[in-house]
Amino acid sequence: MKKVLSGNEAIARGAWEAGVTYCAAYPGTPSSEILENAATYKEMETDWAPNEKVAVESALGACLTGARTMASMKHVGVNVAADPLMTASYTGVIGGFVLVTADDPQLHSSQNEQDNRNYAKFAKVPMLEPSDSQEAKDFVKLGFEISEKFDTPVMIRTVTRISHSKGPVELEERIKPPVELKLRKEPTKFVMLPSNARPRHLIVEERSKKLKEFAETLDINRMEINDTKVGIITSGISYQYAKEAFPEYSFLKLGMVWPMPEKLIGEFINKVDKVYVVEELDPFIEENVRLMGYKIDHGKDIIPICGELSPTIVKKAITGETDQKVVEPIIEDPIPPRPPNMCPGCPHRGVFTVLKKLKVFVNGDIGCYTLGALPPLESLDTTVCMGSSVSFSHGMSRALGDEGKGKFVSVIGDSTFLHSGVTPLMDMVYNKSYATVMILDNRITAMTGAQDHPGTGYTAKGEPTHAIDYAELSKALGVNEIYTINPYDIKETEEIIKKALNSDQVTVIIARGPCAMLKREMAGRTKKPLVIDSDLCTGCKQCISINCPAINWDTTMAGEYTTKDGKTKKRKGIARIVPDLCNGCGLCYQLCKFEAISEPEEGKLGFI
Amino acid sequence: MDAGYDVKKSEVHGMAQRGGSVTSHVRFGEKVASPIIPEGEADILFCSEKLEVLRWLAYCNETTKLIINNIEIYPPLVNLGEMEYPKNIEKAINSKFKNNYFIEATKLAKEAGDARAANVVMLGVTSKFLPIDEEIWMRNILARLPKKIHELNKIAFKKGREVV
Repeated sequence: MKKVLSGNEAIARGAWEAGVTYCAAYPGTPSSEILENAATYKEMETDWAPNEKVAVESALGACLTGARTMASMKHVGVNVAADPLMTASYTGVIGGFVLVTADDPQLHSSQNEQDNRNYAKFAKVPMLEPSDSQEAKDFVKLGFEISEKFDTPVMIRTVTRISHSKGPVELEERIKPPVELKLRKEPTKFVMLPSNARPRHLIVEERSKKLKEFAETLDINRMEINDTKVGIITSGISYQYAKEAFPEYSFLKLGMVWPMPEKLIGEFINKVDKVYVVEELDPFIEENVRLMGYKIDHGKDIIPICGELSPTIVKKAITGETDQKVVEPIIEDPIPPRPPNMCPGCPHRGVFTVLKKLKVFVNGDIGCYTLGALPPLESLDTTVCMGSSVSFSHGMSRALGDEGKGKFVSVIGDSTFLHSGVTPLMDMVYNKSYATVMILDNRITAMTGAQDHPGTGYTAKGEPTHAIDYAELSKALGVNEIYTINPYDIKETEEIIKKALNSDQVTVIIARGPCAMLKREMAGRTKKPLVIDSDLCTGCKQCISINCPAINWDTTMAGEYTTKDGKTKKRKGIARIVPDLCNGCGLCYQLCKFEAISEPEEGKLGFI
Repeated sequence: MDAGYDVKKSEVHGMAQRGGSVTSHVRFGEKVASPIIPEGEADILFCSEKLEVLRWLAYCNETTKLIINNIEIYPPLVNLGEMEYPKNIEKAINSKFKNNYFIEATKLAKEAGDARAANVVMLGVTSKFLPIDEEIWMRNILARLPKKIHELNKIAFKKGREVV
């Protein structure tokens, strides 16, 4: 039976068909749906791990019992998991272990566009790269076979256009994995003392040679010989773009991008007159083929190294022609961009409204609240990686000494805090910092589409579990000054932030308000939409300045108007609240100096 | 796939819920390679908001059918009063493209019972231009919706088919 599946759905299905019993992941675009879908199969235990390192370690540990296991993450997540990965290559596996890396060329939703094919070479593990959903499923299953056959972790690399593209997939039955489930004591293989790790390194090098031989005859490395004037070496999504642009040319499609089949590549190069390497991001295939001593006519000299490719880009790069069919844009007015924005009723909006007012330096982190960097809130000054907001403030307090007091704060989400914020907070207390850390607790991993974590009280399968108490955790780390605030209450938020900034010790502020998109927490809590009285609105734009999608600027009401006390005044327009979008959080109500906005229901602010 | 074609769909999502611009490419035929449409080769450009049509014209040629929900949803900079919502979009589009359908989809969806069915009205319009049976469209749309809104969406889809 065939079913249309996304690449991520196909990977989860592939794991299920391969007999996998345990999957672990930390959410991150474009990888998140892999574990979400895996969780729908009752035969697989599925964990949201607090971070990618824990996910890889748990999956690796699990595979030592003989179980087939999988860890999935976005490209930058592999950086976090690189520590166990590099040594997992030495220990090898018992049951098959597959690590899925979902790369994000074009940075659709990421802080960089690193090319994780480099990790396969670096860690000396095989990597398979599917080019559509069918291959995504097939390669996962093949990955488990290779993992067990060669005693190695296997990496599967997808990109956004594989993970989030859909295509038909032939469904098959689940198999029973071949390895017996039990604990095995094999210290020379699993205790990586130097004396054990040295011989394991020799085994890794031997394995690499065998894998290279294996790559020569592996059928997912295939030649498609057509017109031999031009031959294209490619893999993954780039294969589809090149095939679309040049169906008439010959292709060498590498399903396994590491290690590479040297003889097969030589054979292909000898068959064609001109050789092109078409690949997204780094010249990974190109450099390694050149190292083999083969001549390539064109690679990264014409194919862009930054951003995604497309059939159009590949065609243009190789032929130099632009498509004549495109009709030139016709509007001279600039087209207003439509960037993502915090949702109506988002608990972060109040925090950034206050931070902007206080003009402090804000070390930000990875999550929805990174959107606080965009206009008009523009109140976020750094964002690098998970947890960096906390360490940055610590570093700044150490560098600036007393000069920095009261001048900067860290802003970090609940999921990100548990991922990588706890250790730098520990560092702050231990090394006597004075910075303020704001934990924006919206009770979910929001940016990636609402995944649970150890602070939400639910598992990946939706079962109730323990929820971490951030105040108790901070206390245990040695933080003495801890505040919990309602981020919809501007006055309270401002007072507490000011108080914390004036402190001489580490302060933690927990801003608690559920993600406005989170049905579980918001059910029964949304309030009546607020209304702006067009007779009272002066068009001062105070409410507009918080960039709530539910508030529109209406210029049709511009001009003279009569105030309540009978005076005639002028205004440039008025603000209007879209009732379909407003959930009555009451943030704008607090900003209106002219009492033009109706009072929130029950007089309470937010949804606490 | 139900109609016997190979099919691929690619989208960049995650930003839709936060009001960001989102695009999907849908391709079908005997065999589909790239999930992304080459520039200038889209047969249909489906826009669920009016000004969005301007962002994706590079994928269109003179004969591309432009199906546009004639509704204005202001982006943040327009709300802030820092940029203007482009004027005369319909006129400008009509001057360059021949097959344009500005559809009052949100209005029609409201008539059907819920403004949120606007995209189903738009699918009704689109279905008129594609070689796929109405029955296959209906079956697949309803399979993705809760039972209680089936009737409403059937009406919305019909309204779309009748408007062109």
